[in-house]
Amino acid sequence: MSKFNKKKSGELPAISTASLPDIVFMLLFFFMVATVMRQNTLMIENKLPVADQIEKLDKKDLVMYIYAGKPSSRYRASAGNQPRIQLNDKFADVSEIKAFILAERASKREELIPFLTTALKVDGDTNMGLVGDIKKELREVQALKINYTTRTGSALDN
Amino acid sequence: MARRSAPEVNAGSMADIAFLLLIFFLVTTTIETDSGISRKLPPPQEDEVEPPILKEKNIFVVELNKNNDLLVEEAPMELGDLREAAVKFLDNGGGKGEDACNHCQGAKDPSSSDNPTKAVISLRNNRETNYATYIAVQNELVAAYTQLRNREAQRQYGKSFEQMEKDLKDVNYTGNKESLKEDIKKIQFLFPEKLSEAEPKK
Repeated sequence: MSKFNKKKSGELPAISTASLPDIVFMLLFFFMVATVMRQNTLMIENKLPVADQIEKLDKKDLVMYIYAGKPSSRYRASAGNQPRIQLNDKFADVSEIKAFILAERASKREELIPFLTTALKVDGDTNMGLVGDIKKELREVQALKINYTTRTGSALDN
Repeated sequence: MARRSAPEVNAGSMADIAFLLLIFFLVTTTIETDSGISRKLPPPQEDEVEPPILKEKNIFVVELNKNNDLLVEEAPMELGDLREAAVKFLDNGGGKGEDACNHCQGAKDPSSSDNPTKAVISLRNNRETNYATYIAVQNELVAAYTQLRNREAQRQYGKSFEQMEKDLKDVNYTGNKESLKEDIKKIQFLFPEKLSEAEPKK
């Protein structure tokens, strides 16, 4: 009757990990494809407000980014507590926006200049005074197409 | 001599290498948000230009004070009611004669707006107003326009305005894009976005 006792002798069989690399590679490829390398290192807090009437900005190379918000904790000692503007990788003053827009324009091909959009990535906790100042500067350099970058969601949650 | 088979490469550590790469990409990934409310700023104004005279009843004043309270036509209002109020104002169509609005379904109140093409929403905010609140109000006002455009597009062309715009961007759209563009322009003409922003008060 030893025929029937054979299986009892073994312990739990080891789980085969042969397909583990495949699974990990799958995840890896997903993240490699989905990754967008950030252009700018954020030096400010940037918790965007939510809205639902949004349009997607599809031509990334035709977008100029202006960030604004309170300096993040690392820069608070040097930059203060009040909301600041960030252009490229450094804090900027309102008066520097014009030069920034002109420099961005100069780096683009001439026929693309009318399609340039300015994306305002402003922290939800900023006062409108600062945003108003930015808009005033943008109007003066004729950068009239703007986009208030937001997250998707119901606007009533703001 | 006997033929030796090539020794097999040990692939046991491949998982570790893949994990290393995976963790690198996990850490560096930032899912960027690249969508938002698109607006057009008015061109800079010359001082000599006289502002056009608008009838009081054609202006819908939305004001945000420094405490983030919403005032609509000088009465306080909850944010949730703003969209409906804006639609009611735009869709009123109280005009007569050449101002008459055939596509409006509103109350035709003579003390409210004449025609959506005449109606202006004036948004005024304080310098202390919170940006998030401002965005919420902008969003509701844009939503009011979208709602009316959707309704009109549904009536005329049997599909919503948002769908028309989506079709225009869609590469696989089979219909005629030129005529679609014309249709979109027509709807935009019937319900133009006239959202004026006053300089913020100090």
